[in-house]
Amino acid sequence: MTRVRAVALSLLAGVLTVAFASPAFVPHPYDEQYRDHAGEPPSRKFLLGTDDLGRDRLSRLAFATRLSVTLACGAAALSVLLGLAAAGLSLSVLTKPVAVATTISLSLPWMFVFIVLRGMLPLNTSAAVSIGLTFAVMGVAGWALPGRVFAASVSQYRASEWVMHARACGMSERRIWTAHLWPHIRSIAWAQFRALVPAYILAEAGLGLLGLGVAEPATSLGNLIAELQHIGSIQTSPWILAPLVVLAIITTSIELLRGPAGVSA
Amino acid sequence: MKRVALTIAAIAVALSGGLSGGGLKVASAAPTAANAALRFSIPADPKSFDPLHASLESSGELIRYLTGGVLIRVDRATDTAIPELAESWRMSEGGKAITFHLREGLRFSDGSPLTAADVARTLTDALDPKEASPAGDTFRVAGGAPTIEIRSPRDLLIRYRAVKPALDRLFDQLAIAPKNRSARLPASAGPFFVAEYNPGSTIILRRNQWYWKRDSSGAHLPFFDSIRIDIQSNGDIQLARFERGESDLIGGLNPETFDRLARTRPGTAHDVGASLDSEFLWFNQSPSASLPEWKRKWFSSALFRHAISSSIHREDLIRIAYKGHARAAAGPISTANRFWFNPKLKPLAYNTAALNALLGSGFTLKGGVLRDASGHGVEFSLITNSGNRERERMAALIQSDLNRIGVRVNIVTLDFGSLIERIAKTGAYEACLLGFANVDEDPIEEMNVWLSSGPHHAWWPQEKSPATPWEARIDQLELAQASQTSRAQRKKLLDEMQEIVAAQEPIIYLVNPDYLYALSPRIHGATPGIAPPQLLWNIEWLH
Repeated sequence: MTRVRAVALSLLAGVLTVAFASPAFVPHPYDEQYRDHAGEPPSRKFLLGTDDLGRDRLSRLAFATRLSVTLACGAAALSVLLGLAAAGLSLSVLTKPVAVATTISLSLPWMFVFIVLRGMLPLNTSAAVSIGLTFAVMGVAGWALPGRVFAASVSQYRASEWVMHARACGMSERRIWTAHLWPHIRSIAWAQFRALVPAYILAEAGLGLLGLGVAEPATSLGNLIAELQHIGSIQTSPWILAPLVVLAIITTSIELLRGPAGVSA
Repeated sequence: MKRVALTIAAIAVALSGGLSGGGLKVASAAPTAANAALRFSIPADPKSFDPLHASLESSGELIRYLTGGVLIRVDRATDTAIPELAESWRMSEGGKAITFHLREGLRFSDGSPLTAADVARTLTDALDPKEASPAGDTFRVAGGAPTIEIRSPRDLLIRYRAVKPALDRLFDQLAIAPKNRSARLPASAGPFFVAEYNPGSTIILRRNQWYWKRDSSGAHLPFFDSIRIDIQSNGDIQLARFERGESDLIGGLNPETFDRLARTRPGTAHDVGASLDSEFLWFNQSPSASLPEWKRKWFSSALFRHAISSSIHREDLIRIAYKGHARAAAGPISTANRFWFNPKLKPLAYNTAALNALLGSGFTLKGGVLRDASGHGVEFSLITNSGNRERERMAALIQSDLNRIGVRVNIVTLDFGSLIERIAKTGAYEACLLGFANVDEDPIEEMNVWLSSGPHHAWWPQEKSPATPWEARIDQLELAQASQTSRAQRKKLLDEMQEIVAAQEPIIYLVNPDYLYALSPRIHGATPGIAPPQLLWNIEWLH
């Protein structure tokens, strides 16, 4: 393991450990409003200060990190798995239908799917169901791009000289898949996963507009980062950049970890 | 709902600000070279420069105000009607008719004469259903269109079949349109005319040399030679421009921006005090709503509504959601509306009396959950529009307040279109947090909110007949005040209406936000009013 990867792994592990272990040591509930302390800067009582409603920013950041990382990773994994499945189907007689489905999926205005989803969900849907469904739909909606990348890669690799050589030597298709193709596809899948995680974390914040995603009093990294769109707030309260720092650490660390040793993405 | 519009961020067009006293007052300073141009921004392109098609929710309304010549202007500082293009007017036939006598030598900005025929054509066009003019809504009545009689080039009579309350003040909203009103840049009879328009970028208004008004020294008004209006939807960029001195004013500031300017540019941020706007929530009581029977029972119970209302800490809504720039609301009319507000009403302070009464009527509070007599836990969803930070903060505060009495509130923020779809069409919601932006102090056009048959009767739109005796009484009061011409008599009737609303709380009023604005120290003569356009209402006197 290189030093860079070791640092990346340490940082990622550190952030996630703090986030997931925080309920044990964070002194304030993430949703408790200390109304006499609204908008305060960092202090001994509130290490990252409080938000507009007097809630502890550190507790909320830890909660948001747990929620966003877990669900964005889940959604990204779902997209990658569906993409792989689509690529697998495209190798069969379903090549054309899969290609057409991929093209349609990429050109679909998915925002309408979310609008329909909101329309179908009762307003009193529990926060857990709303959040889970939001990320699940994101995961399903995001299959097409990785699917196209996988299909193109598999097609390219299968026509490569080294695969043909393996086939000429009598190697079974199964063996070709496991020994030659999968290591390459795996690194591509990992790269797709890395790209989708931050994209889903940020996309979730935008879905709040439709009444989906994470609703009050819960929060997500995307929601916390959305607060940063007000330049004035950043100038007077730079500590509100903490969610952005956490997201940067997570995404950069994932990027630096790269693919499994010996395989470049 | 012409004068009562749902507040949205776009209404920041309320940019407008006032100038020196009233239309006929005399400014203390003569125009100078420094008066060359007034500069500010609006958030979006106007949909049209046709004065009959400027809508309240668009930037076009502000342009219409700055360029349109009206017969009568309502002085935003004194709330009195003052003559503009009409030299005088006379009400007759018990409030059914009004006779205007126009000033001599009136002209549009292209030099063409403005006569009674132009006034008649403008009103006729506004009332034409084919035009679908927002300006015409104000003048429409159930009894049919008014008759218009041109008696001379300077005199005309407008006659309704029934009494039209505050008829004279309505003409504050009718800009007399030229024959070329459909042109890309039509002429106008107000202090300015639209000289240039670069879509998505700028609008240049120039001084109308034919504008009739003069100051005490006989100099033509307005003082400013031109107005440069940048189209800029990004509030942060608007603010940066103001801070760099590239813009002279910002109207309708949010509390954060106001506080920031108060720190960084002392003396430029101003708080007029409570506006005419109000923020409130209501429960869906419509029988067509797909609600469980027990929820319908809660929502139609005044006791339940009182318990919810009195459990909300309004002082926290003001202090935290509005950073202190709001006042506790006491009813349907803002406390800032000095004439029409019923002073007997007091803002509802936090108290447990109503909750205790509710608990005495079969509800129970056990294990941190409020339950009704049949055991159902009290829970409802509260929809509001996303993007309004103050409203989102209020929703979170209300959620926390009600959680303390065992009520679970699920906040759902929706884009404005989806929200309107639910409250106005499908009725698929339980409770809604929203606001009204009133554009006139006179509550006459809020009738469509208060009449049980009104389309904007929020809690149960278009009732076939009043569902309760108190709604029937409100109907009586509203119809009675609409047939009165005496303001004092109307006030008396509307006072009772306000008391009924406060007693029943079909709409739970929360706060009246302050009107906040920023004005460059180089601009003088502003006397902001509480009705839009608050800061620019007498633009011709700004210097």
